[in-house]
Amino acid sequence: MHIPDGFINGVTSAGFGVAAAGGLGAAVKQTGKYLSERQVPLAGLVAAFVFAAQMINFPVISGMSGHLLGGVLAAVLVGPWAGFVILSVVLVVQGIFFADGGLSALGLNIVNMGFLGAVGGYAIYRTLLKVLPKGDRGLVLAAGIAAGIAVPIAAMGFVAQYAIGGASNVSVGAVFTAMLGTHVLIGIGEGVITALVIGAVVGSRPDLVYGAPEYLGRRTEALA
Amino acid sequence: MTNRRLFVVGLVLALGVAVVLAQFASSSPDGLEYVAEQEGFLETAGDHDLAEVPLANYGETLTSNGWANTAVAGLAGTLATLAIGSGVFWLARKTNGDDPESAST
Repeated sequence: MHIPDGFINGVTSAGFGVAAAGGLGAAVKQTGKYLSERQVPLAGLVAAFVFAAQMINFPVISGMSGHLLGGVLAAVLVGPWAGFVILSVVLVVQGIFFADGGLSALGLNIVNMGFLGAVGGYAIYRTLLKVLPKGDRGLVLAAGIAAGIAVPIAAMGFVAQYAIGGASNVSVGAVFTAMLGTHVLIGIGEGVITALVIGAVVGSRPDLVYGAPEYLGRRTEALA
Repeated sequence: MTNRRLFVVGLVLALGVAVVLAQFASSSPDGLEYVAEQEGFLETAGDHDLAEVPLANYGETLTSNGWANTAVAGLAGTLATLAIGSGVFWLARKTNGDDPESAST
């Protein structure tokens, strides 16, 4: 999902770079307001885990792989704004140390995976929580489904960027169809991995899960 | 599980994923690269500005040992992300977390 330099023209990439920088600044501010001191190591750990998990490309169809994006995973664990920050940190590390994801495309990637993937994915998660059964099973299911949907949504972010400033003359419709079809499939892997990890954390330390509504009260009380 | 224990377990898991599990990762192109290839816009991709950094493409050209390259890249990247991520969150709290409700721990 990491856009290299060149797919999207310079003006569009720069515009998304400015938007991503502004969004990241706001996300850091929001995160500072709700993150407790005890959660700082957890948030750092989630960032490290998302980096590690993104290294695992799993086969999807012949000749194509997918890897975890981790936006919903991070957002459910430490909140949507921290999730946005985590994905941004991961993308910066990948771009600078591993030449993965173009530097000029950093803003494009942060908007797709950080904003749409984590903040957008978390909004879907919260909506699903309302309609699914209460309790841990509903929570894990909501996280998994939201993660699965967040992948094609992030892919649609790329299609929108391509429509605005795609550098090739391949039609937007063709890119849309191909991106949607492939990323719906990748989303299944994202959903399964997210559900497994969230399930494991909820099972052992539910008080650490930001997105668990029934625990929010208890945690807030403990912090006050 | 205590917080310290959870942190250690989590870090060991993350390193295990990045160092060991990553050895078995598929080398097929990911969704976007696959689509770019199929639809014919892959050639619009330019060279990465930092293509010459030692760990470019997860250490692909570091040594002749692919297993070691991935292990070093996974270890270094996971720890770097932990350090930078923790630093950013620590700063975020320090500069914005001064309202009494969240800063009283």
